[in-house]
Amino acid sequence: MNRLDQTFGRLKAKGEKALITYIMAGDPSLQDTEQLVLELERAGADIIELGVPFSDPIADGPVIQQAAERGLQSGTSLRRILESVTRLRDMTQIPIVLMAYYNNIHAFGEADFCSKAAAAGVDGLIVPDMPPDEAGPLREPAAAAGLHLIFLLAPTSTASRRAYVAKESGGFVYYVSITGITGAKLNDMAGVRDNVAKIRKHTKTPVAVGFGVATPEDAARVAETADGVIVGSAIVRRVGEHGQDGRLVHEVGSFVRSLKAAMQPG
Amino acid sequence: MAIPDRHGRFGPYGGRYVPETLMPALLELEAAYQRTRKDKSFQAELKHYLTEYVGRPTPLYFAQRLTKRLGGAKIYLKREDLCHTGAHKINNAIGQALLARRMKKPRLIAETGAGQHGVATATVAAMFGLECEIYMGTEDMQRQALNVFRMRLLGSKVTGVDAGSRTLKDAISEAMRDWTTNVRTTHYVLGSVLGAHPYPMMIRDFQAVIGREARKQILSAEGRLPDCLIACVGGGSNAMGLFHAFVPDKKVRMVGVEAAGLGVESGKHAARFAGGRPGVLQGTMTYLLQDENGQVNLTHSVSAGLDYAAVGPEHSYHKKTNRAEYTSATDDEALAAFDLLAREEGIMPALESAHAIAEVVKCAPRMKKNQIIVVNLSGRGDKDVQQVARIKGVTL
Repeated sequence: MNRLDQTFGRLKAKGEKALITYIMAGDPSLQDTEQLVLELERAGADIIELGVPFSDPIADGPVIQQAAERGLQSGTSLRRILESVTRLRDMTQIPIVLMAYYNNIHAFGEADFCSKAAAAGVDGLIVPDMPPDEAGPLREPAAAAGLHLIFLLAPTSTASRRAYVAKESGGFVYYVSITGITGAKLNDMAGVRDNVAKIRKHTKTPVAVGFGVATPEDAARVAETADGVIVGSAIVRRVGEHGQDGRLVHEVGSFVRSLKAAMQPG
Repeated sequence: MAIPDRHGRFGPYGGRYVPETLMPALLELEAAYQRTRKDKSFQAELKHYLTEYVGRPTPLYFAQRLTKRLGGAKIYLKREDLCHTGAHKINNAIGQALLARRMKKPRLIAETGAGQHGVATATVAAMFGLECEIYMGTEDMQRQALNVFRMRLLGSKVTGVDAGSRTLKDAISEAMRDWTTNVRTTHYVLGSVLGAHPYPMMIRDFQAVIGREARKQILSAEGRLPDCLIACVGGGSNAMGLFHAFVPDKKVRMVGVEAAGLGVESGKHAARFAGGRPGVLQGTMTYLLQDENGQVNLTHSVSAGLDYAAVGPEHSYHKKTNRAEYTSATDDEALAAFDLLAREEGIMPALESAHAIAEVVKCAPRMKKNQIIVVNLSGRGDKDVQQVARIKGVTL
């Protein structure tokens, strides 16, 4: 069974919500990334999303763009990220999802990539510039390898897009809480509640909410409606600030602990 | 089969590789465009502005002295440089602004490299009373300071993009991010046959007026079709505009000229067909300059308008089907062609268009005197005079 499904099942039984934490692989180095993944798990993260640095990240705001530049500077490639995941699998069974722009996967080769990613211990893929309409070349190899393809829905999505994307998405449905790019401010909780409820009508797959979740208060509010809370830019910003000062693991860990504490029921 | 198909595919190229937030906007744009292209009142309105405001039809000028100098085929220049604002870019900007008005989007955004598309969009925004913001790499803002000031004079906001290579590619990414954020009120006026469906098709259609006119004009001047069409290819909208009406005329060769910069072997160039392979950038699958991991390469050209890592997907399709040929010209060849056209014909071409003239210089002498070349003079060189002076070491 895919680790994502196990985790959502286990949390549901306990009445808890998943904390999904995003960091950029190779920012500031892949060694740091491996340390951070272990610390994120200790701090209460339930699922890890690893960003794959791309030269032209059109869905990302300045915080993650700069993280991608740092990742590229440290020589990070999809191949080296899979080597890191392989090493991590000796130490942790936390679900790992890669968030990669399509061209990096296309250059690797779709089928080759899916089998190598699954063998390394990756559980799912988020490809922000590949809506399900364009997912043809990935669908079969991902299914054969047991990788979930996780698709996104947005506040602008129409009813027919909601029905289509919700059915296509595996592992969880990623609801983008704002009309915008990563790192913008979340200010329409009523809209989030409304849209999550509409998505649930089309699928039993868990719904996680991301983009704009920056504080423990945001996380607590989102956890009231969604099955998972995705925090990216707010963590990546701290990686950027403390990447070189020796406090990286401590600072990121204590922030994630505060997110997890805010999400505890009751 | 219609090209593109209903998924926006030109064979294996094209498509719609965008964040989900933009999918509804692209579907809405496609539906609106499909309605208006068949709408007689829209077509009449477009024709009115192209005639009365842009100054169409542009002349097809027989370049007698250049023909004599090169000693081969007869050379005709399609004078898009005589369009209002100095380049073909306004054909598309007018079309998209009219469409945005019908879609009730009060705000336009655009990217620009050399500044020609930015100026064209700022111009139509002023004329139609729409709010307008232009994204431009800070490197290009330095190279094209005059155009930045022109856009501001026209009432547009110009926002510098300080990411990546700080050129056209980064300006497009930033415009896409703005569109993702403000999609409900904003129309993104993409400037070339790039990006996600329906842009490559729609922009081709708005530029196809170039080839329709040229076909009529050459038939009237020579009583027959040309042997060869030549145009420069950055994203490739002026080339697609010239080529499109001639695609069924199988005997007419079509030649696209990319920027070879300091030479393809130097690695400092923008020749996607010579140095690239298919990949996905900014919404579309097409030939792309990239490294082995799929990271997009930095490009170089003396001409900001050709300095881009990908090419329009329909060009990739014409390359695959061998309907068009693609070649390249170096910075030096383009600069020599700039001088030649100025001296022989009294016309200063844009540095982009000078790449097409450079190909004419290579191929006209090898052709017979009764053969005919039509070359798209896509823009005028006024914007490049300062840069040419700098390259020649002249202080103004």
